[in-house]
Amino acid sequence: MAIGRRDVPAPATPDAGGGLLARPAWTKGLGSWLTTVDHKRLGILYILTSFTFMGLASIEAFIIRLQLAAPGMELVSPDVYNQLFTMHGVTMIFLAIMPLGTGFANYFVPLMIGARDLAFPRLNAFGYWVYAFGGLFVYSSFFLGGAPDVGWFAYAPLTSLSNNPGNGTDFYMIGLLIGGIGSLVTAMNLIVTIFSMRAPGMTMMRMPVFVWMILVTSFLIVFAFPPLTIALTQIVFDRTFGTLFYVPEAGGLPILWQHLFWIFGHPEVYIVILPAFGVISEVIPTFSRKPIFGYPVMILSGIFIGFMGFAVWSHHMFTTGLGPVANTAFALTSFVIGVPTGVKIFNWLGTMWGGSVRFTTSMLYAMAFLFMFVIGGITGIMLAMPPFTAQATDSYFVVAHFHYVMGGGALFAFFAGVYYWFPKLTGKLLPERFGQWTFAAMFIGFNMIFMPQHFAGLMGMPRRTQTYEAGIGLEIWNLVSTAGTFVMGTALFMLLFSVIYAFRNGTPAGNDPWDARTLEWAATSPPQHHNFDEQPIVTDRDAFWAQKYPEASHGDDGSQWEGMDFDAHGIHMPGQSWYPFLLATSIFIAGYGLLFENWPLSILMLVVLVGATYGWAFEGVGGHHVHPDDGAEAAGD
Amino acid sequence: MTRWFRSALVPILAALLLSGCDFAGPQSALDPAGPIAQAQLDLFNWSLWLSALVMIGTFGVLAYVILRYRRGQRTDIPEQSHGNPKLEIALTIVPVIIVVMVAVPTVRTIFATEARVTPTEEDLVVKVTGYQWWWKFEYPEYGITTANELRLPTDRRVVLQLDSADVLHSFWVPRLAGKRDMIPNQGNQLTFTAPEAGTYYGQCAELCLGAHAYMKFRVISEEPAAFEAWADTFDIDGAQRVQADPQVQRGHQLFAQKGCTTCHRVDGYRGTTEVGTPEFPDLTNFGTRTTLGAAILPNTQENLEAWLRDPDDLKPGNYMPALWSEDDPDADEEIAAVAAYLLSLGTPDETEARAFVGGTHGDR
Amino acid sequence: MAADAPTQAAGTVPAHGWRSSSLPDMKLMMWIFLASDIMFFGTLIGTYLIYKGRSLTGPYPQDVLDIPLTTVSTFVLLMSSFLMVIALDALKRNDVAKFRLWTFGVAFFGAIFLGFQVYEFNHFVDLGLTLQGNLFGTTFYVLTGTHGVHVAIGVLWLLSIVVASYVRPWTSKDATNLEVAGLYWHFVDVVWIVIFTLVYLVDFIPGAGG
Repeated sequence: MAIGRRDVPAPATPDAGGGLLARPAWTKGLGSWLTTVDHKRLGILYILTSFTFMGLASIEAFIIRLQLAAPGMELVSPDVYNQLFTMHGVTMIFLAIMPLGTGFANYFVPLMIGARDLAFPRLNAFGYWVYAFGGLFVYSSFFLGGAPDVGWFAYAPLTSLSNNPGNGTDFYMIGLLIGGIGSLVTAMNLIVTIFSMRAPGMTMMRMPVFVWMILVTSFLIVFAFPPLTIALTQIVFDRTFGTLFYVPEAGGLPILWQHLFWIFGHPEVYIVILPAFGVISEVIPTFSRKPIFGYPVMILSGIFIGFMGFAVWSHHMFTTGLGPVANTAFALTSFVIGVPTGVKIFNWLGTMWGGSVRFTTSMLYAMAFLFMFVIGGITGIMLAMPPFTAQATDSYFVVAHFHYVMGGGALFAFFAGVYYWFPKLTGKLLPERFGQWTFAAMFIGFNMIFMPQHFAGLMGMPRRTQTYEAGIGLEIWNLVSTAGTFVMGTALFMLLFSVIYAFRNGTPAGNDPWDARTLEWAATSPPQHHNFDEQPIVTDRDAFWAQKYPEASHGDDGSQWEGMDFDAHGIHMPGQSWYPFLLATSIFIAGYGLLFENWPLSILMLVVLVGATYGWAFEGVGGHHVHPDDGAEAAGD
Repeated sequence: MTRWFRSALVPILAALLLSGCDFAGPQSALDPAGPIAQAQLDLFNWSLWLSALVMIGTFGVLAYVILRYRRGQRTDIPEQSHGNPKLEIALTIVPVIIVVMVAVPTVRTIFATEARVTPTEEDLVVKVTGYQWWWKFEYPEYGITTANELRLPTDRRVVLQLDSADVLHSFWVPRLAGKRDMIPNQGNQLTFTAPEAGTYYGQCAELCLGAHAYMKFRVISEEPAAFEAWADTFDIDGAQRVQADPQVQRGHQLFAQKGCTTCHRVDGYRGTTEVGTPEFPDLTNFGTRTTLGAAILPNTQENLEAWLRDPDDLKPGNYMPALWSEDDPDADEEIAAVAAYLLSLGTPDETEARAFVGGTHGDR
Repeated sequence: MAADAPTQAAGTVPAHGWRSSSLPDMKLMMWIFLASDIMFFGTLIGTYLIYKGRSLTGPYPQDVLDIPLTTVSTFVLLMSSFLMVIALDALKRNDVAKFRLWTFGVAFFGAIFLGFQVYEFNHFVDLGLTLQGNLFGTTFYVLTGTHGVHVAIGVLWLLSIVVASYVRPWTSKDATNLEVAGLYWHFVDVVWIVIFTLVYLVDFIPGAGG
């Protein structure tokens, strides 16, 4: 909570009228965090929550690898094993990596575009709380009758009540429905923010690549989550109300679930990876002291990847018997995605080419990202070949592939982001030397775990089996893989340790430790509550760099903004509110009502939900205006 | 920091080279034994060569950039180049070319390996149904049904009609052909040939909970004469099935008494009577099988007794109950009898049964 | 959707800060929500069409659907959209009385549509079409029910606007609020046209569906 060390703004003035749920004005303590609408605090909450879930997923993965260390291990039963890998997948995708991107977006998008907050601050708080509650809901299954055990893509009819009578599947479905609300509203919020709250002079083609990638990602969420939501609802209805969507005996088509799931599921891959591309596109230019190479192409390829993401879902279904024509079509569209992805790799290399490259820990993670994402991309192209996929799918080859993309790709990029932005988040530097050791362990451990899995898969090891046969050539690969978890586990502890250490005793970072290029570095570290004392004016693509080195900039002189007083009325800061938390809580509890078919509780929570919605709608504008001292140095300079 | 890359790469590559010399195995897709699996591997190898080029190119440039452009003591600002349209177009064409080079053979292989066929007289049609957690194989042409062991002649193309009785399963024999999913309400087809006589390992590749990891099977490809001889054993008259051996006869009685007949089919169990239901493995000619419990153990008297004593211990999660309580004084004798009876099924007498099984008993 | 050029002239920076888009945030938000909602309905309609004709037992669409009745309710819903336009126009002209009247009218017509739907559902259940009976029942009720929930939320929203306009008198400055509700209402209306065509009409066009 000590992050609240930032300057306390002028005391907020709650709306007249008061009452139990009047706009609160705490600036410290639990209440201030429950009612906060500050994008920076919510960003930190997102990041901390997603790392917490990542810790849980790591424990699950560790047990999985121990069980597979040798053939015939009996560390966990098949049932528990199924729960472990299901929860590991669900956690990493929905509760860890995706919200980590959202957390960075929450914190840095407003700062990067020179805004004071998101367009809808209370909605932003609501988005965080439903995400956190959704995750909590799924995890509560461990204590309420067993976790989901159907794999993260939960293929029907394995999820039907007759095939899966426990509550685990309900926890998965309802938990994701709750969390999905958060993803959707936050994505919409970010889109509006990026369209309407850019600083004067920041045209679309001057936005940092990270902001662009968040914009594309948000659109993907807006279009991809509805099919998932409907599919989840269909299963919940099947299980709770006895509908027949996925009942084969009534003519239902289990294959429909796969279509709906992957129409969401493939864009989801890009929802995870595009923000990571964005992070890399900030880290590499900063540490190369050069602008991103081929900015328009970078943006276009990002948009193109996102768009094509909706046209390739069936490459997850090459073995379902769609027929050679459909397989050809989806193979070709999948190959096409390789082109913009390749272009992005070239452009990152082009950014470093001719630069003055400094290998900080952050940059090392970015380099490792390039290395491992290329490997994941290559195996991705291989898996886009249906005849090969017939052998590789549902084997450890696929496990290795998507861990190289999601782990070596997205996660390492976010680690680069953590080292890059930690000074901005806390005002302290993470230890560099120790960071490099941590990186080395992380990189070696990761490759030890996942490289052998390619071979295990090709030699016939299917995924999602808690044991494998001895004597068919799988032992060595699994043993190396399990050994790797100890190395990577150590690295994760080292990372945790250095974050805690730096937070307490780190070297003060100053506002701009990396000689960076984008606007967030123009703010203090950590940024003040109102981000910028004065509305930043943008004259070039790398807005902050152009201010620092006008001679190296090709932008305009900003003269069209002269004489405009953007903060004449002071800086409007949104007021805190109880309603986002209350609304999220009612949805969370209603989830249990639905799951345990406790209708009085469900109806009660529906009433609270409607009441909280009205309270929210009629709460009034709230907030206050900040008037930084006229004598204070403008943060934008 | 480049030494970290070196120190990381060297041991990994060394480990791969040392341990990775032999990719052969009874369940290895890298060791094909039929034209379909061969075509799939050929495509993979082609993409592997291309990706080697890509990796050498990309990682070469990466290494060059890392070594050449490190900042060191530099303090000047490098030229703020925003891009180079000509170079960017050229670099876009490179992945296009690579992708085309992958796409052409891919499409060719798709149609060569995945086209749906109308079975002719020449083909051997087998209806395969996936159950939690075993496989049913029906040969309409021969009117026979077996479980967990797909016997094929080497000289005929096989057309499998895949279906599932409950949840999704996936049929996978890596050395012969890639996977094809078994989906309720969707008739799928898989076609391949197994020209070399041998035993190939198969396994379910789609999560089906419970004993999913133990849902295996064998494909046994044998010379046409041997295959026909095996099919002929199903013509043995029911009355002749039970051998004179008193232990076998005792097992035959116990088979009904202990309730095995509630689930398991045996053709002509008594004369012309059939017993059991089609939802559980058909045990007619069980003695000819090389494995038991969906290919988790070799089919020997000893293993079969262990299986009958506690099926859940060998195959956690499966539906077969333990029929003898732990303190049952007659358990040993009764289990041995039932096992002897089961092993006698489909074989004229015990000595021949052993000989029959012995030839293909090994793994390869 | 967003304009890149500066849209506010010097000296007109609003109290809540600079905006880079000329579209009000609420309106932009609603457009994005509706884009998302298209995918919701698209998935539901897709499910309905894929399962069309796959029911193993009756009743089948031809046995229960009553085109004349639903045509009437469709017409009522269409007319409510018309009233919505008039209501917004009235508010923009600061004609608060008319704005309240027509907005109430929209909600009222929406409620009539819901009444038709409740009657229809009851009638269908009497004819043996249930949520659990066959695939047609499952997909039909979930699709039209979801649309009904959308209409009900719209009715509630519009009535709230009418009430709110008494608590704090509305003027043309509040037009954006009504316009956003209107966007939602028109969308729900358009979706119904699609559903009506694909679920009800198609079966009665000779040669199409069945």
